[in-house]
Parts: sequence; structure tokens; C-alpha cells
Amino acid sequence: MKEVRIAPIKNGTVIDHIKPGKALKVLDLLGIDGEERMALSLAMYAHSKKAGSKDLVKIEEKELKVDEVNRLAILTPNASISIIRDFQVVRKFNVAPPEVLEGIVKCENINCITNQNEPVPSRLIMTRKDPRTYKCHYCGRLQSDIEKNII
Amino acid sequence: MLKGKDIVAINDLSQDEIERILNKAREMVPIARAEKKSRLLEGRILASFFFEPSTRTRLSFETAMQRLGGSVITVTGQEGTSIIKGETLADTVRMAECFSDIIVLRHPREGAARLAAGFSNIPVINGGDGAGQHPTQTLLDLFTIKEEFNDISKLHVTIAGDLKYGRTTHSLSVALSRMGASLSFVAPPTIQMPDHILDEISGMGADHELSSDLMGCIPKTDVLYMTRIQKERFPDFEEYIKVAGAFRLDLDMLENAKKGMIVMHPLPRVDEVHPDIDPTEHARYFQQAFNGVPVRMALLSLILEGDI
Ligand SMILES: [Zn+2]
Repeated sequence: MKEVRIAPIKNGTVIDHIKPGKALKVLDLLGIDGEERMALSLAMYAHSKKAGSKDLVKIEEKELKVDEVNRLAILTPNASISIIRDFQVVRKFNVAPPEVLEGIVKCENINCITNQNEPVPSRLIMTRKDPRTYKCHYCGRLQSDIEKNII
Repeated sequence: MLKGKDIVAINDLSQDEIERILNKAREMVPIARAEKKSRLLEGRILASFFFEPSTRTRLSFETAMQRLGGSVITVTGQEGTSIIKGETLADTVRMAECFSDIIVLRHPREGAARLAAGFSNIPVINGGDGAGQHPTQTLLDLFTIKEEFNDISKLHVTIAGDLKYGRTTHSLSVALSRMGASLSFVAPPTIQMPDHILDEISGMGADHELSSDLMGCIPKTDVLYMTRIQKERFPDFEEYIKVAGAFRLDLDMLENAKKGMIVMHPLPRVDEVHPDIDPTEHARYFQQAFNGVPVRMALLSLILEGDI
């Protein structure tokens, strides 16, 4: 089986090694819904030597910024990002789970003050690397499923 | 240094700061009893904002402020409810700081005090935020124990009742472990101490056990801390009656208790501590309630005036 069956891009961003099945959620998290008329290609459950299968997204003419990449780490911590200019990889990095998630994931405690109409972004702080655990800065609740509460 | 500090959670305080508060509280006892007069906080104003009823905590803070010669502005009841509906807490806090020198906040939402402290330029003391933190309760519990025994590291403390939802038991357990006490957690399995608290306690190397046998734990206990088991925690009333019955303390259960063992309860109680125990040498819950005043006096004075 061929590694990946979509064509290289001239300029833009390649997000590789996405957890299989999460590509659509990745686009959602990046706020891409098709309205932008952005050229992009996507592969799901593609064969991968490293992980068996993976998803892959190529976005043309858009270079992802670091805070956008941080968001992805919540969904697919092993993804790698390549910035492409004129068919060349000019920058490659892995997503790293951020120490602080600010305004990205809401606190799962429905009675938390940040789930009211207060003028503050949610703020979750990593308290443990393995298993990766986040705690709400405000109410102290340990979060059981941050993926579910992505804003 | 406690001057100007927010008190949101007991973990915000170092061991040294806790000691300092408890020592200061001891100095405050004669003033709390009105045996001595103080004008230490004369001209200072406490904003006592209670967006959820808690008469005991509110009166205790207000008494503490007034015993030190300070004054109090207060929001409670219906007025509080309409403020909550009408504006954000962030705005309420910035209004309060125009009128006062320190804020005590009681709020139905968890994390409210942390948020308020972030917006306020004057110190905020958490008087309880929903099911979250209630640091002054923990301080007055520690003070009550320390007044009795002094060296907490040698004590065995048994905490009984609703340990899953009872927030006061969580921060008390962590604070006692930090001070080296050994602990028994006595509760029905469905409302035992949550794992993340047990992890925290194990992390400090504190000796502890889980049990559902209250009677069996009493002989080795120095401090028996009782809490209320709430009906709402159980699927049906019969189950509640059965469980609650096993966690009720009456006089004959104290037969094998150590002579100096004290019984504490954050009050109000329903029937988990029988009134027959009230006149015995073991009862300390009314003393504990009184201790809220000197402890809060200590906090107010240390935060507003520093260690003088
Ligand atoms: Zn929260």
C-alpha cells in the first residue's frame, strides 16, 4: 500500500500523524469549515509505517500559527506540522501539549464560575504529564475528558 | 507575609503562614471573648458579600471585624440574588472595592473567589464557593485541634460521614497530613474520600486508612471529626436511613474512647452527634464554632495590618 495518496502542496501547512479518525475534528478545531474557500486535501485511515494508520491534512496557502498548533495537541498529541514554501519544508515541529489551556477547553464543572457569563477565558492547568491531567485554575476540578469540552 | 494576601484555598498558604495565623488567633481569644478591647482595625471596612446563605460564617466574620474596631458593609439574601442576576461577579467585585478595604465572599459557584481575587485590588477572603473551598473553616478546625493537643504530628484523626462531597473534610485531611497526623476515613464506600485527595495525602507520605467501621476506629482516635450525611446523596430513603444510622455517634459508642479524645463537627448537625454527648468532656463542636471568631480576627488583622 502506498504511504499517502494525496499530492504535495506548493505553499501551506501539512499536518501529519493525526490520530486516525480525527482529521475532521482537527479542521473543526482550526475553525475551517469550507466557507473560507481554502484549497485543502485530507486523508483518513491512511496506512502508516509508524502507527498502522493515521489521518493527514494539507492546507494550501495557510501557515499555522503556534497557538493554533497548541489547540491540536489536545486532540492529537502526536501530530507533526510542516510548513511548506515552494514545495520545500521550511519548518517542521511536533505539537506539544500546552501547560496552560486558556480559552480553548471549557471546565467540565457546570457549576464553575467560568461557565457563567464572566469576562474571563477558561483556564486549565496541566498538573500531571502521564497520564496527562488538567485542573481548572478557578474551581480546581480535575478534568476527565478535555477533548469533549473543546470550545 | 500575609499582608495584602488573598485567601482563596488552604493550599495557597504555606505551613509557616498557617502557623502564624493560628498563633495570632490565640492572641485574639481574649478580645473575641470581650475580656479585652481592641481598636486595631478602626476605620477599616469589611465588605461582607454573601450570595448564598451561611449565617454562621457571615456572623463570625462580621463579629471578628467589629471586635477589632472595624466596621462592616454587607449584602445578603434577596439583595445578593438580584446582584448575581444583574451583573457579573467581576463587576460586583470592582464595585465593592470602592467602598471597602477587604472583601469576604460567599458564592454558590465554584471558583468564584479565585475569579474575584483576580479582579479585585483589595484582598479577598473566600467564605465558601459552592462545593469548592472554604479555607477559614479549615483554619478554625486546625486551631481547635491545636488548642487541645499542640503537637498535631502525634495525633490520630478519624474523619467520618460524607467524605466524597464534604468539602471541609478534603482540605482538612490534606492540611492534617501536611502536619504529619495519621488519619482514618470512615464512610460508606459510595461516599468515601475521592481518589485525588487520597493521592495527595499518599504523596505526602501520611499514614491513612479507609474504613466503614466507626466503632472500631474510636479507641485509637484523638480527634473524631463528624460530618453530616445528606439524604440527597442516596437513591432512596431506605438506603439513606440504613447508612446514616451506622454513622451516628451516641454516648455509649464513646465507652472505649481515649480520655482526652475530642469530638468535632462543623455544624449544623442533624442527628449524627447525639445531644447526650454535649455535656461530656469530649464535645468540642461549640468551642469549634466560637473559634471561628479569633481565627477570622487573626486573618483580618494579618491581611490588613501585617504581623504587628
Ligand atoms: Zn472550573
